[in-house]
Amino acid sequence: MDALMHQVFSGLASGCIYGSIALALVMIYQATHHINFAQGELATFSTFIAWALLQRGWPYWAAFIVTVAGSFVGGLAIQRLIVRPVERAPVLTNVIVFIGLLVIFNSLSGWLFDYTIKAFPSPFAQDSALATRFFSAHEVGSVLVMLCVLLVLWAFFRFTPIGLAMRAAAQNPESARLVGIRVSWMLAMGWGLASAIGAVAGMMIAPAVFLDPNMMTGILIYGFAAALLGGIDNPAGAVAGGFIVGVLENLLGAYVIGTELKLTAALLLIVATLTLWPNGLFGRNVVTRV
Amino acid sequence: MPSLLEARALTASYGATQVLHGVDFAIEPGRITALLGANGAGKTTTLRAICQMVRTGGALSFAGRPLTGLATEDIVRLGIAHVPETRGTFTALSVEENLRLGAYLRRDKAGVAQDIERAFTRFPRLRERRAQQAGTLSGGEQQMLAISRALMLRPKLLLLDEPSFGLAPLIVREIFEFMRRVNVDEGVSMLLVEQNATHALELADTVVLLETGRVVVAGRADDIRGDKALRRAYLGY
Repeated sequence: MDALMHQVFSGLASGCIYGSIALALVMIYQATHHINFAQGELATFSTFIAWALLQRGWPYWAAFIVTVAGSFVGGLAIQRLIVRPVERAPVLTNVIVFIGLLVIFNSLSGWLFDYTIKAFPSPFAQDSALATRFFSAHEVGSVLVMLCVLLVLWAFFRFTPIGLAMRAAAQNPESARLVGIRVSWMLAMGWGLASAIGAVAGMMIAPAVFLDPNMMTGILIYGFAAALLGGIDNPAGAVAGGFIVGVLENLLGAYVIGTELKLTAALLLIVATLTLWPNGLFGRNVVTRV
Repeated sequence: MPSLLEARALTASYGATQVLHGVDFAIEPGRITALLGANGAGKTTTLRAICQMVRTGGALSFAGRPLTGLATEDIVRLGIAHVPETRGTFTALSVEENLRLGAYLRRDKAGVAQDIERAFTRFPRLRERRAQQAGTLSGGEQQMLAISRALMLRPKLLLLDEPSFGLAPLIVREIFEFMRRVNVDEGVSMLLVEQNATHALELADTVVLLETGRVVVAGRADDIRGDKALRRAYLGY
């Protein structure tokens, strides 16, 4: 029983990370109806920046904040310089651009920081008060950090004028322009936020899986599965999907299929979701009277 | 009196298809101008041209400032609010959020709160549904919301694209009465596109009549209402 509980809780901890990556995907999907395949590599690159800062002796939380802020600006810049010129281009053009970004950032990480596997520190000491029977201190800490991120995001979208403008721009760009919202900049903000969330997720998962340029490849697949399962147009659903995928992955890995096939299970889940519940479990059907 | 909005030899096209072929008209401040004409005459396109939502040629100016080449969101900043054909409702957002978005460019928080309150007083049904998804409103309620949202900008000029479309006659009457009050009480100028010529002629001060992308008649609404031959030829009654 203890072993089972441990698997469930550790699944919740990684599910939190998947949920955040899913949230970053949903954020860009809602605004543009494109899936950003480079989301994982961007997060890895951000994590490397944090690692480099820590190597230079920066205190952890200073490196954390600078990395998150830098990733926000970086995401904003990528949208302005690379994605915006193809904004009106067909879907396939966008997909190619995203895959290009994926390859570029993967190689950039390898080129700047080489391919050796690196240990990444956790800000939560193993013997701290956070550690409980079923959770390690880092697991509790990363869940708390991710929940804080979610809370801040929720408040941002719910209560600030710019959050409202971003939702409006995502939903009805033409109408948003007619009330004076600069829609293109709202998309750039979305990219910035998604990159910042990715950076937090990367720094939280790195202590568990170690840092290398391909760190996020598998996690992005879990993120996809989470986003689709929760409903690709529903931020809260994406987070819930993350928890479900995390727990499922851990239980299947421990008791049913073994660790080797965990990623395959995630891919199967993606296919099953798309065929059986294309809207996801919590996908919204907007009710409209005409 | 100098005109508020002026179009000279205005052309507009969607890709290779030209819809406006040199339209001239002017709107005087404080007036309601009706833009009438059959389907496909270019009424909606004229509104879209003013907001630079289509490619335009010729000259277009608002309070002396040229509009051509500006982005839609900058035209809104000059004080032009546009209620599009589709009403532009943010269907998944709440009624109140829709109103707040209308005031996106305003920084006077107290004034915005006051204007939201005023919109709710005018249309109590919107108050009852303030937290509800706007997409669940009835057609008439959505039109009330759309006009209220546009007024949240405190515009100098309000562009209205077929506010009567698909609505019951009683609701149309209510909405037209509301527009008249806004015009009289607040001095908001309006450019109104309508299929429903009878209603539009009752409300408007001046009329511009379009046919296949050109102005065929422009004049005072009273004159056109009195001209039987003209009404028969172009308005079908």
